[in-house]
Amino acid sequence: MDTFVMRHLPALLIAVPLLAAFLMPIVGGAGRVVRNAWVVLGALATSAVGLALAWKVLAAGTVLYVFGAAAPHVPLPMDSGGIPIRIIFQVDALSALMVVIASLSSLGITIYSLAAESRQSGLETFYAMLFLLVAGVLGMVSTGDLFNFFVFLEISSLAGAALVAYRVDNGVAVEAGLKYALLSTLGALAVLTAIGILIGQYNALNLATLASRMQFTTLDKIALVLLAVPLAMKCGAVPMHFWTPDAYATAPSSVTAFLVVSSQASLYGLFRILFSLYGDLVHFSWATFGWFLIVLGVLSMFVGVTMAIPQKDVKRLMAYHAVSQTGYMLLGVGVGLAVLGNADALAQYGKTAMAGGLFHIINHAMYKGLLFLTAGAVFYRTGTRNLNKLGGLGHDMPWTMVFFMIGALAIAGVPPFNGFASKLLIYESVFRFSPFLSIVAMIVSILTLASFVKVFHSMFLGPRRAEFAAVREVPVPMLAGMALLAVFVVAAGLAPQPFVDRLIQPAVEALVDRAGYIAAILGGN
Amino acid sequence: MDLFQTLQTGAGAWNPLLWLVALAVGLGVALAIRSRGRKDFREGAGRKPFISGNEEPENAGGHVPASNLYWGFLESLKSYYARVVPLHTGIPTDYVAWLLGVMALMLVVVLVV
Repeated sequence: MDTFVMRHLPALLIAVPLLAAFLMPIVGGAGRVVRNAWVVLGALATSAVGLALAWKVLAAGTVLYVFGAAAPHVPLPMDSGGIPIRIIFQVDALSALMVVIASLSSLGITIYSLAAESRQSGLETFYAMLFLLVAGVLGMVSTGDLFNFFVFLEISSLAGAALVAYRVDNGVAVEAGLKYALLSTLGALAVLTAIGILIGQYNALNLATLASRMQFTTLDKIALVLLAVPLAMKCGAVPMHFWTPDAYATAPSSVTAFLVVSSQASLYGLFRILFSLYGDLVHFSWATFGWFLIVLGVLSMFVGVTMAIPQKDVKRLMAYHAVSQTGYMLLGVGVGLAVLGNADALAQYGKTAMAGGLFHIINHAMYKGLLFLTAGAVFYRTGTRNLNKLGGLGHDMPWTMVFFMIGALAIAGVPPFNGFASKLLIYESVFRFSPFLSIVAMIVSILTLASFVKVFHSMFLGPRRAEFAAVREVPVPMLAGMALLAVFVVAAGLAPQPFVDRLIQPAVEALVDRAGYIAAILGGN
Repeated sequence: MDLFQTLQTGAGAWNPLLWLVALAVGLGVALAIRSRGRKDFREGAGRKPFISGNEEPENAGGHVPASNLYWGFLESLKSYYARVVPLHTGIPTDYVAWLLGVMALMLVVVLVV
């Protein structure tokens, strides 16, 4: 049984959340207790499968899984003519990193939502959509098939749009959901067009096969733009970030926290396309797309943080910070891509910059998820997100305040929290590439700290307000969900090097090793 | 101790354990200074805060709302905000235009370079 489960972990990674989602309407009819038990079971099982798969990958190397094959670990059956004809999941160290992020986040967020959404109706639909969103994200980061990636991108987009519109909120949430759906659909259409171009030329959908046959023709260049730009939009890069504050602010906080992970899955897709599919080609100018990421990163960092400072809606403010933090990831990995053709620069600082960018992905998922959950806790008790109307909540919500402080100090890059560790890697490595870019990154961190000092002051400091006299601490499940993410924020800050050694560095190596990615499917090297 | 090993950045290093020790030493110094303060101080009547000679506002009246914070920062960047904020129109067709615009720009760059 144990061997069977371990052999089929990649299939279970998708099957478990899909099963949890599809049975939710039936189980939900049996009452609140049974539904909540099913939700917890689904979240625990999904996370356990995800973490087990990541452990297997990090211990033994890339895991391949061919769907529907008699031997799921053999990508090229004898009768296939050397072509991977089935859908293949190719879970390498980079995928494992993303699976860990999605597994930990989804567990904390689901536990939190049990209490946070308990007053809402239609929870069967809510949880069905949440599990679909989780399945979509896990599929995006695990698949080695470009069309399959598109399918999971669509699943996550549609489930995400439905969840953004879940609290109708006089139409405001529906409008935000519609915007998210519109942009996601347009982006997905561009991705689908690119897939059409590539299959028309190379008669393949498998990423490794496409990478091995890539000629970098004019059509390939067009396909590259059609893939890269929509994925940059989906991860909230400036100047395509406009949907982010709308969607993040109006969605329930548990949903917003996982939308952050969903955006990061798009970021994963962007990196996968640039490095594994198009990277390492003699015809390809690494610097061009490296600087594409760097420019998007710097714009995102600066515009995101400066737009956050004047905001009065706490979730809108945090949404702009999500845009800003995505900039750090783009900057770090962009510097790595820009020097991909220069072995010395790559060894001296390029890989460190990439490690900083990838480490920031997992750190950001945890502390930004935590911050959105604390904002949700404040909304749960006060019914408002308006910072001008809040104040004095630290007296009655001390645990929420402590969790907020941990998240706020982490996002501002204050030691000893995890945000500092990844930002330090980015600052010092990017400085060797361009001191100006590093200085911009540091200034953005200072502005981030200033912005969260404002939020801390506005929500938690000051005397008790009469209108919040009945406010008390949020229920235990909400605190437990926040605590799970907070523990990671502190642990990764106090012991960053083990995370870098065991989780981040293998992901960096997987990203730059295009030949290895191809060889895992097609053999040879 | 292996857990708290030094983070290597390529150009520098950071040890969280050393940082925690430094923090503990700093807190110790702060507590030592605090312990030298007046021991007869007690909160209560007759010990109102001094607010530039003004009376202490009633209850929540003393809490500065979020909109009043960083006024100087926003004022000094007024011309920047006057350009950037209007770009955030909230109109979906504008969002689409930005997406298509970036796509067109990248297409030109990739085809030319």
